[in-house]
Amino acid sequence: MFRRLIPLVAALAAILFAQPATARPPQRIISLSPAATESLFAIGAGNQVVAVDDQSDYPKKAPHTSLSGVTPNVEAIASYRPDLVVVQYDAGGVVEGLRKLSIRVLVQPSAQNLAAAYGEIAQLGNVTGHKRAAAALIGRMKRTIKRAIASAPRRRLSVYHELSPDFYSATSKTFIGGIYKLFGLRNIADAADSTGSGYPQLSAEYILSANPSLVVLADTRCCGQTVAAVAKRPGWNGVAAVRTGAVVAIDDSIASRWGPRIVQFVQAVAKALRKLGR
Amino acid sequence: MRLATPRLWIPASVVFLAAALLTGALVGPVHLGALNVVHATFAHVFGLHSPLSGANDAILWQLRLPRVVLGALVGGTLAAAGAAYQGVFRNPLADPYLLGAAAGAGLGATLVASYAPGSGLSGDLLPISAFVGAGVAVVAAYTLGRSAGAAAGPAALVLAGVTIASFFTALQTFVQQQHVETVQEVYSWLLGRLATSGWREVGIIAPYAAAAWLILLGHRRLLDVLAVGDEEAAALGVNVGRVRLFVVVAATIATAAAVAVSGLIAFVGIIVPHTIRLVAGGSYRLLLPLSVVAGAGFLVFADVIARTVMSPAELPIGVVTAFFGAPFFAVVLHTSKRRA
Repeated sequence: MFRRLIPLVAALAAILFAQPATARPPQRIISLSPAATESLFAIGAGNQVVAVDDQSDYPKKAPHTSLSGVTPNVEAIASYRPDLVVVQYDAGGVVEGLRKLSIRVLVQPSAQNLAAAYGEIAQLGNVTGHKRAAAALIGRMKRTIKRAIASAPRRRLSVYHELSPDFYSATSKTFIGGIYKLFGLRNIADAADSTGSGYPQLSAEYILSANPSLVVLADTRCCGQTVAAVAKRPGWNGVAAVRTGAVVAIDDSIASRWGPRIVQFVQAVAKALRKLGR
Repeated sequence: MRLATPRLWIPASVVFLAAALLTGALVGPVHLGALNVVHATFAHVFGLHSPLSGANDAILWQLRLPRVVLGALVGGTLAAAGAAYQGVFRNPLADPYLLGAAAGAGLGATLVASYAPGSGLSGDLLPISAFVGAGVAVVAAYTLGRSAGAAAGPAALVLAGVTIASFFTALQTFVQQQHVETVQEVYSWLLGRLATSGWREVGIIAPYAAAAWLILLGHRRLLDVLAVGDEEAAALGVNVGRVRLFVVVAATIATAAAVAVSGLIAFVGIIVPHTIRLVAGGSYRLLLPLSVVAGAGFLVFADVIARTVMSPAELPIGVVTAFFGAPFFAVVLHTSKRRA
């Protein structure tokens, strides 16, 4: 009697213990982080994504919903029956709420530097079963960024990174500021950050007197800023970057996310510097 | 502190304003030199050659001076509108935003930032929609308040203002929550800003400010009569409803124009008139002109602090007016109580 049961028990045990090793990667992923959405699609995990939040506007084929990562509703998220939810931060206790429903949550905070950004892409690769594709993507990003930086002449130029038309900027301490540092640029916002927020509001007088050689507009989509509009601002026609045509207009969402498209940002800066360089 | 003749406060306030304008023109994140500033300013006004270099000349003439002038216009307008509202509603807590002007303008600004992205902050649409929003809110509040009947008096108007303001604020919060990407833009507008101003903004507000000042100053004696109460004023032959409407319309249009170019700058409309009441007495004949002049000086000084204290970073001006205004007002309140 017992003998006959042994194979059955063994089979059951095999199934039970084998489960973790062969666990299927999540097939119903929700991303409430625009940067994670871009990474998921870039590493080939797009087919596993069932919903993205209202701020995830790239890539176009992502399953856009009105879910919010800023004011998330656990019930609304759960109604998609996800097996993995990627969030940028724990807004309104969403992490605990989802875990109570036994839904796996991955928190991917805003990256402070490129290394952290690569780390998050690698983590998404591990979790979703696209480890190799993630590693390949990171490799490509690293090579492209290295090439772009090498292509730019190394002169000690100054840069003004504009986040909004009332002159909020980002210092070298921030993710985006760290990229200017790779180019060896001097960030004019650094002098203004006495509180250490990383995102000071500069005075217009200061910007004109700092006379930046490169101006990068990361407020083209939010606030409709253009190269022409900047040239028309009172007093700005004398700024070096405006005179030499070194004003770069860039899609805000590229400049504010730490996803794969950051490569495009680096290339845009490199191109402007090459134009300035000779 | 009380001068023998209250009229002496007029020249005193003019000196205060002149000092503010001078400080505003001389002090900034960039040092231009006092002589250069005066020389260059005269050169621009009279079309002569400026002694400053290109960049410094632009800093002075295209950034700093319009900002100083705009600060004076906005400050004078908000203070005068606040004084007028306090008189017409016989409510010491009345400020220019009492009838929902702030909430309406905030909704207008949020709608533009959310549904017409790209035309925000520096665009032409935001001042217009803030202006329209403020106007709509005040008209709605006034209509609602009047529907309670004349017997309800100014209290009904104040309650209607609170109602409309809450409703508009709820709408604004809803729209903002649907468009979280605009939060920063709207927030920085709500805190008040002179940071991005140029002569264009001065041109937008100047006619409204001038018209409102004239109308309010023209009603200063009637406001004194109104202070004794609606029925008493009516018995003295004053058309209470018409005076109230005129003053509210003038104050509201001016406030809406101020809000449209500079966002919501808190506290000026309360602190300036009350400080003047405490030091120079409560007669509107003196209070209104003094509010215009001292309000202008106050905001120019506040803006000097806003752009220098964290230099080369900016501080929102609304933070400065409240942070420095509140303790200053506390001191005035304290000393006047001891004397009385």
